[in-house]
Amino acid sequence: MWMRTCRSWLSASLLACVVGASLISSVSGQLRIEIRRGVERPVPMAIVPFAWEGSGAEAPFDVSGLVSTDLGQSGRFAPMDERDMVSRPSLPTEVRFPDWQIVDVDYLVIGRIIQDAADRYTVVFQLFDVLGSEQIVGYRLTATTAELRAASHRVADMIFEELTGIRGVFGTQIAYVSEQQEGDERRFRLIVADADGENAQVVANSPEPLMSPAWSPDGRRLAYVSFEGSQSSIYIQTLRTGTRDRVSARAGVNGAPVFSPDGRQLALTLSQDQGNIDIYVLDLATLVLTRLTEHSAIDTEATWSSDGESILFTSDRAGGPQVYRVPARAGARAQRVTFEGNYNGRPRISPDGNQLAVVHRVQGNYRIALVDPDTGLTQVLSTGQLDESPSFAPNGALIIYAAQENGRGVLASVSTDGRIHQQIASVAGQVREPVWSPFPRI
Amino acid sequence: MTRSLLMVFLMGIALAGCGGDDATLPDAASTSGPGGSMADGGGPGATTTGTGAAGGLEVFREVPGQGDGPLSSLVIYFDFDRSEIRADFNSMLAAHGEYLASNGEALVRLEGHADERGTREYNIGLGEQRAQAVRRVLLLQGASADQLGTVSYGEERPAVTGGDDEALLLNRRVELVYR
Repeated sequence: MWMRTCRSWLSASLLACVVGASLISSVSGQLRIEIRRGVERPVPMAIVPFAWEGSGAEAPFDVSGLVSTDLGQSGRFAPMDERDMVSRPSLPTEVRFPDWQIVDVDYLVIGRIIQDAADRYTVVFQLFDVLGSEQIVGYRLTATTAELRAASHRVADMIFEELTGIRGVFGTQIAYVSEQQEGDERRFRLIVADADGENAQVVANSPEPLMSPAWSPDGRRLAYVSFEGSQSSIYIQTLRTGTRDRVSARAGVNGAPVFSPDGRQLALTLSQDQGNIDIYVLDLATLVLTRLTEHSAIDTEATWSSDGESILFTSDRAGGPQVYRVPARAGARAQRVTFEGNYNGRPRISPDGNQLAVVHRVQGNYRIALVDPDTGLTQVLSTGQLDESPSFAPNGALIIYAAQENGRGVLASVSTDGRIHQQIASVAGQVREPVWSPFPRI
Repeated sequence: MTRSLLMVFLMGIALAGCGGDDATLPDAASTSGPGGSMADGGGPGATTTGTGAAGGLEVFREVPGQGDGPLSSLVIYFDFDRSEIRADFNSMLAAHGEYLASNGEALVRLEGHADERGTREYNIGLGEQRAQAVRRVLLLQGASADQLGTVSYGEERPAVTGGDDEALLLNRRVELVYR
């Protein structure tokens, strides 16, 4: 029964009971972020603990604490320890700039959390330029208790964007695969967590491998590969409800799903009966399958160009794996894109379409590299031995990827300018195949 | 379990041909010595009787994965980033092909695997190519297409963990899983 494609809520939830694709199940504190290398001189700033104006001794959530953590973990800012603050203003009239000039902070953030009703809060904050002694911006957001974490990330995003010109990604999510030995059994989980690793939810859970998660462009669904029933199949699961559809379970390989930019099509890898591993496009409304490549080599790991007009993929048709581009229509010719080195695979295109992140082999090590698709110029960003699965943050400024440390799968991120390196270790088990979500829809 | 192949061996010759470390080493797992069943002629499912020096007949059922004949090996190993069948696995695959040909109800799933190097979906492709290569050989040996299924796990189900050369080698494999 679990082999049948499920199309309705009901059959999907029955299915969920069998294979453990779960609606919501929390795993607390799965990931821990650590800055390995930041910018040379992170910008000093002060984020004063936000004042609480409501019932009880303190606010239900430490908003300014999370804002400070977010900005600090970005590697670009150095928020000062609150114990070193000479004053704790929460209103603009309370700010004395000399207090902050003397401790050499460039920017100051103050704010308040105001309780409007039993479960309704307004967060007000202001950002000041300490040297210029003036307010840069001020914002006001409302939230319920449950939304205060997201609101905090939003505050951090607004400050980050104001100061760097780059849209913040603290409010985004990552999906990844974890593998854990539990007694005699291996457990594979597909997990979605906030970009800081918190708030982790199990999306699917299986004793057989799960792999290749991919976000829909609206951030509401994940496509992934599951080996339940000792066969590879591709599922699309709606995160909010847990409903899932099996969209491909053909003979042989069903792999490497990626949504088109409009979310209407899925590029995927199939081998079908003849065993030829090629790239196809599946129309999700009509389920019509279009074959894009036909070659005896391995063609896989498709990714869409941002305009949806073409697909880049890995192929070993010239011997070793290299990246090729093919127009997203039947019968078109593929052209080689990467030439530097003898291994370039699993391409991902930056949100602005100007750069290609690949897994690049250099001196026996597999590393994350950026390739300029026009000039072919390759810049190696990571420093590991088995780095893989690069995924751009939706702002294009960071790449998250999988690495190994002491034989254990960990996640890591690197800024696309190569200056900031973070390691994101799992508290338990191995983690891999991180994929960054699109920006949340506000 | 599927039907078994009944084979009769000359005890002494069989032991001489198939014992030792051959059975455990991946690069020689399929080596079938002069006393192996195929070398003795007789073909698949044949009953061979001998009158050799060792004297006395030992009758036993040979089933895939058991005993120490060529059918006992269920794993084929590969070179890095390659899916060609190495010559040292020919006799083992021949034994399985002939077993399948003469046991029409036997079903086998060919599970392709890769080592941890390289990207994950590419390794799924590589595992599939390896499983397909084994499938083609078994078809040539007389197995029928509906007896053979393939699945590639890529690097997702390593036989051994660790990144040393031996672990990498043991993970580049196709496993024959009889059902």
